[in-house]
Amino acid sequence: MAVEEPTPMKTEDGWTSARAHGAARAAGTGRAARTLRVRVSAVLLAAVVLAVLLVPPLFPVDQQAVELTAKLRPPSWEHPFGTDSLGRDLLLRCVYGLRVSLLVGLVAALVATVLGTAVGAAAGALGGRADRLMMRLVDVFSAVPHLLLGIFIVAMFRPGVWPVVLSVGLTHWLSTARIVRAEVLSLRSRPYIDAAISGGASRTRVALRHLVPGVLPQAVLAAVLMVPHAIWHESALSFLGLGLPAHRASLGGLTEAARGSLLAGDWWPTLFPGLFIIIPTLAIAGLAGAWRERINPRRRSELML
Amino acid sequence: MTGSTPAPAAAPGGPSRAATTPPALELRRITAGYQRGKPVVEDMTLTVGPGEAVALFGPSGCGKSTLARVAALLHEPWAGSVLLDGEPARGWRHRAPRAQRTKVGVVFQQPRLAADPRLTLSRLIAEPLRANGRGEEAARRGGELAEAVGLDAELLARRPHEVSDGQLQRACLARALALRPRLLVCDEMTAMLDASTTAALVAVVEAYRAENGAALLAVGHDRTLLERWCDRTVEQGGHW
Repeated sequence: MAVEEPTPMKTEDGWTSARAHGAARAAGTGRAARTLRVRVSAVLLAAVVLAVLLVPPLFPVDQQAVELTAKLRPPSWEHPFGTDSLGRDLLLRCVYGLRVSLLVGLVAALVATVLGTAVGAAAGALGGRADRLMMRLVDVFSAVPHLLLGIFIVAMFRPGVWPVVLSVGLTHWLSTARIVRAEVLSLRSRPYIDAAISGGASRTRVALRHLVPGVLPQAVLAAVLMVPHAIWHESALSFLGLGLPAHRASLGGLTEAARGSLLAGDWWPTLFPGLFIIIPTLAIAGLAGAWRERINPRRRSELML
Repeated sequence: MTGSTPAPAAAPGGPSRAATTPPALELRRITAGYQRGKPVVEDMTLTVGPGEAVALFGPSGCGKSTLARVAALLHEPWAGSVLLDGEPARGWRHRAPRAQRTKVGVVFQQPRLAADPRLTLSRLIAEPLRANGRGEEAARRGGELAEAVGLDAELLARRPHEVSDGQLQRACLARALALRPRLLVCDEMTAMLDASTTAALVAVVEAYRAENGAALLAVGHDRTLLERWCDRTVEQGGHW
């Protein structure tokens, strides 16, 4: 009793203060700024995704077509982003590169989230020794720098898309596991879990019917926030020459190849791939951030997310 | 077990059967708590005879709810033993055999926290049936229970945040009765409700007990209500 009774009151206070805080911010300029951020992010993301989906089928130009007479041309009507050191059209290269980056980002974020949710939910639901063992394992993995571990994983395979996905997925599940475990621990002590146990529900049933649906909004949010991370990780690996095979366009690879010409004053081969990395990742993070602000615990249960 | 003989019981088969039938619930010298070295409940003994209704009183924070959780096999005591229908508890929470832990139906103090926010009321009520692989009974038994506690079809389609505390507590009571428990533990069941809902819920519990001869452990601090409702009252801190 001494332990149980104050808890709901605390939660209640947390809710009310969070709402009051939100209301105060909404009343000021915060709301307008947030709406603007969401709109800009949505427009940018939509533009980029449309480009990635539509450019390859609409312009059946070989993105690898080399034209040595037209190498390192500045942006023009013919080549809006200019050409690279082999005379390839940079707009096409960037679009193809982003295509790969988005694919890797989405799949890797999915892999990382599924893995993280499984480990976090298991640790939180089992508790005790299993929990301690799993979380120490997470600590051990976290102690190794992501990029180093990622390089190690990529180095074990031939260059390609799947080793990169694996490398990102296996290094990025740790934070999701921590988030999900914390959520599960907080859900586990709720009386409705007691009620389910008293009603004869098995461990699996409690986990699958009550705990996992409860942490799903957090897990989905973590997955969306993971996509920019995954894109950056992929770009970093490609920049180091470890990601995709050299002939496939990738944003990291493009930036790396353009390093030399930057010193000669040719700014376009670095600027455009760089923008193609930054814009979509900022747009995704902006949208996910706005969504995170919307789902405080109370609203989450009301929205049935 | 001092004073284990039930006072004149209104429920069927009260005193006469008490000699042969084991008590519905026996708590022997229970010590329990949450933080090491700070027991909430110390060396408590309590018996609920077959079909008997026992009220447990006490001020806030004296360990009544903890004792209720121990009785429902939801909290492992540090010392002492629990017997349900004369059978010692064989585990706690998930480790208790399903047949044993479903013998006790529990109604919690705060329906908001005791109901999964994602389930509609009809699913909430039938949840114990589904959890026991008796999903095919869900529609019939669920309807029966909903009618017994006075929830209509329109309310059953709603989710917990769309109904009042009283309506939600009715659903929680229906859920506790779904598996026809031998013992009902009501932990401050009516503490957050108005007088008419309280009366309705008590009537539902009494109708169920009259039909099934189940025992009741009612925990609370509303002396007037509990003294009217139960056969015997026990005060925390006293000797019984």
